[in-house]
Amino acid sequence: MACADEVRVQLAGSALYEWMVQALMSVNKAPTGITGLDEVLGGGLPVGRVTLVCGGPGAGKTMLAMQFLVSGARELNEPGLFVSFEELSEELVANSASLGWDLAELVGDGRLALEEVRAARAELTEAGTYDLEALFVRLGHAIDTVGARRVVLDTVETLFGALPDEALLRGELRRLFGWLKERGVTTVVTAERGDRTLTRYGLEEYVSDCVILLDHRVRAEASTRRLRIVKYRGSAHGSDEYPFMIDVDGLSVFPLTSVALAHEASSDRVETGVRRLDEMLGGGYYRASTALVAGGPGAGKTTLAGAFARASCERGERCLYIAMEESPSQVLRNMRSVGLDLEPLAHIGLLRFFTLRATQSGLDAHLAAIHRAVSSFAPASVVLDPISAFGGQALEVEAAVTRLIDFFKGQGLTALLTVLSEPNESGLKISSLIDTWLSVTNIELLGEHNRAISVLKSRGMAHSNQVREFVLRDDGIDIVDAFAGQEGVLLGTARVVAEARVRNTALEQQRVLEARGRRLEHRQAALRAQIAALEAELAADTAAEEVEDEEAESREAILLETARGRALSRGGGGPGAESS
Amino acid sequence: MSLGSRGLCPQPPEQQLEYVLRLYVVAGSPASRRAVTNLRAVCKEHLTGRYTLEVIDLREQPALAGERYILAVPTLVREFPTPPQRLIGDLSNRERLLLALDLEAT
Repeated sequence: MACADEVRVQLAGSALYEWMVQALMSVNKAPTGITGLDEVLGGGLPVGRVTLVCGGPGAGKTMLAMQFLVSGARELNEPGLFVSFEELSEELVANSASLGWDLAELVGDGRLALEEVRAARAELTEAGTYDLEALFVRLGHAIDTVGARRVVLDTVETLFGALPDEALLRGELRRLFGWLKERGVTTVVTAERGDRTLTRYGLEEYVSDCVILLDHRVRAEASTRRLRIVKYRGSAHGSDEYPFMIDVDGLSVFPLTSVALAHEASSDRVETGVRRLDEMLGGGYYRASTALVAGGPGAGKTTLAGAFARASCERGERCLYIAMEESPSQVLRNMRSVGLDLEPLAHIGLLRFFTLRATQSGLDAHLAAIHRAVSSFAPASVVLDPISAFGGQALEVEAAVTRLIDFFKGQGLTALLTVLSEPNESGLKISSLIDTWLSVTNIELLGEHNRAISVLKSRGMAHSNQVREFVLRDDGIDIVDAFAGQEGVLLGTARVVAEARVRNTALEQQRVLEARGRRLEHRQAALRAQIAALEAELAADTAAEEVEDEEAESREAILLETARGRALSRGGGGPGAESS
Repeated sequence: MSLGSRGLCPQPPEQQLEYVLRLYVVAGSPASRRAVTNLRAVCKEHLTGRYTLEVIDLREQPALAGERYILAVPTLVREFPTPPQRLIGDLSNRERLLLALDLEAT
C-alpha cells in the first residue's frame, strides 16, 4: 500500500506523468494562471473553445476573466482582448491596479486590447432584418490588431437589453461562439446567474465546452466564495464546490490537498521559547515551518505563542503578532502575568502587534490585511492567535487558513498558529499543512485545573510522544514530566499525591520486607538451635556408643586374659607362647 | 478617421443640404444589398438633391465599427438633421424609414 502510494507520488511529479495526462486528454488546456483553478480544471480552460463563467453580481466573474487575460499576456506571451459590453468601468481598472495589473501598460505594449461595445436600446429603431456582422467585424479587427489568443466577452448578455429581437440575438450569439471557435481563440464569456437557470438568458445552451459557476454570499457577516465546474467536455475536472478568494494576488481557488507542497524544507531550527519543548521536539521548530497549538480556553495557547514571539525577537528576528481577538495591551498584560514581558521587544520594534477584529469584514479582507502587514514589516516569524476567530463556514475558514499557511511558507516565515479546539475534536482540516502540532489541554481533576502538553505531530523530526505537565508560573513556563501510572497520566496535585502514594507504598513494602526478613532470621536461629541440639544429641549418642565399644573390647580382653591365665595355670605352655 | 471619412464626402452648399446619411453594410450580405436599394429608392423619391449618402463597407474599414459603435448590419445613421437617428435592418419597413427621416408617407 505504502509502496503503491510512493510510486504514484513519484509518477505524479514526473514529466512522463504530465505527458500521459496530456496525451489522455483530448483537450488542450490554456492555463488561467489562477492558483488552484488550473488544478481543478486539469490544466486550464479548453484551448480554442468557449468557456462560460456565470455568477451573481460581485461573484468575481470579471476578475477571473481579466486574470485569465493578464496571466496569458504576462506569462505566456498570449495577447488578449477584453470586450466589455458595458462602460469600461473605472472600478475594473482600479481593481486591476490593486492586484498589480497595469492594464494601461499591457495595452501600450500591444499585449492587451480593451474594447467597449455599447448599444443603448433607445438609440436603435428596427426597420427590417439585420444581423450582428458589425460586431463580428469589430471583434475580428481587434483580435487581428493585437494577435489575440485569448478573448473575454464581459457581459455579452447586456445585448439582450439593447436589441429588440431576442430570437435574432440568440441566433447571432450562437453564431458568434461558433465563429470564435473557428478563429481558434480561447474565449471566456461571463453571464449573470439566473433565478432557476445558470444564466439569466440561458447562454449555457450555446456553450457546451466548459461552464464554471461562481457563488458569492455573505452569511453571518462573513463573505463566502465558491467555485464549481459545472461542465467540462472531454476533460476530467474536480466536481466539488471549491472555496476561492480574491486578495492581492488575484483569485485563488483551493483544492485543499494540493497547496504548499512546493516549498523547500529547511533543516535549520528555531527555538520554541520553552527549553523543555525544544528538547521534546528535538531542537525546536524547523525554520519556515508552521506550528499549530491546539487547545481549549485557558490551556496556555497564547502563552506558548508569546514564548515563541519572545524567542524570535531574542534572536534579533522580527516577529509579527496577529491578535485576532485581543488588543495589544491585553496580550501584553496576559503575557506579563506568566513572566513574559514583551513590551520592551515591541518598544524596540522587533515585535509588532496587528489586531484583526474577526467580525469586521470577510476573510478576503483579512487575508489582504495580513498580506499587507507582512509585506510592510517583513518579519522572520509570525504568530496568528487564534485562527478559530475567523468567522465563516468551516470550508471557507479552512481555505483562508490554507492560503495563509501557503503564503507564510512561501515567504519563508516560521509561523505559529493557535486554534481553539475542544478535546477529541478534529478541528479544521488543515493538518496536512501543519508541520508541528502541539496539543495543550486543560484537565480538571480533584477540584483543580492543570495543563498538559503533548506533541501530536512533528514532521521530519524525532519527538517525544509523552504527555507532560505544562506549568505556568509567575516566573515563566515550565514543562515537567507527568506521572504515568496505572490510573493514566496525572497532573498537578494528583501527580504529587500519586507520587507520594508511590513513595508511601514503597516504604510500606520495605517494612513488610524487613519484618519478613526478621521473621526469617528468627526461624533460622530457631532451626540453627534445633540443629545444634540434635548435633549435641548425636554427639552424646556417639560418645555413649564409643564407651560401650570400649567396654566390650575390654571385656574381650579380660576374657582372653582369663583364658590365657587359665591355660598357663594348667601347665605346659600354649601353642602361641611356645612359637614366639 | 472620422474626420477623414467625412472629408471623403464632399460637403454640398449648406442651404441646399438637408440630409447627411451614412449606411454601414458588409459587402455580399443580402440584407445590406436590400438596404442600399431600399434607401436609394426613398431618397430618390423624397430627397432628390437634398441629401448625401455614404455607404460604408465595414469589412474595408473595420476600425469604424468600433469607433462609431456599430453593432448591427445594416445600420443607417442619420447624422443630419440632428438629433442623430439610428435605424437597423434592411429598411424593408418603409414606414419606419420615412419616420426616421421625418418624412410623411405618401
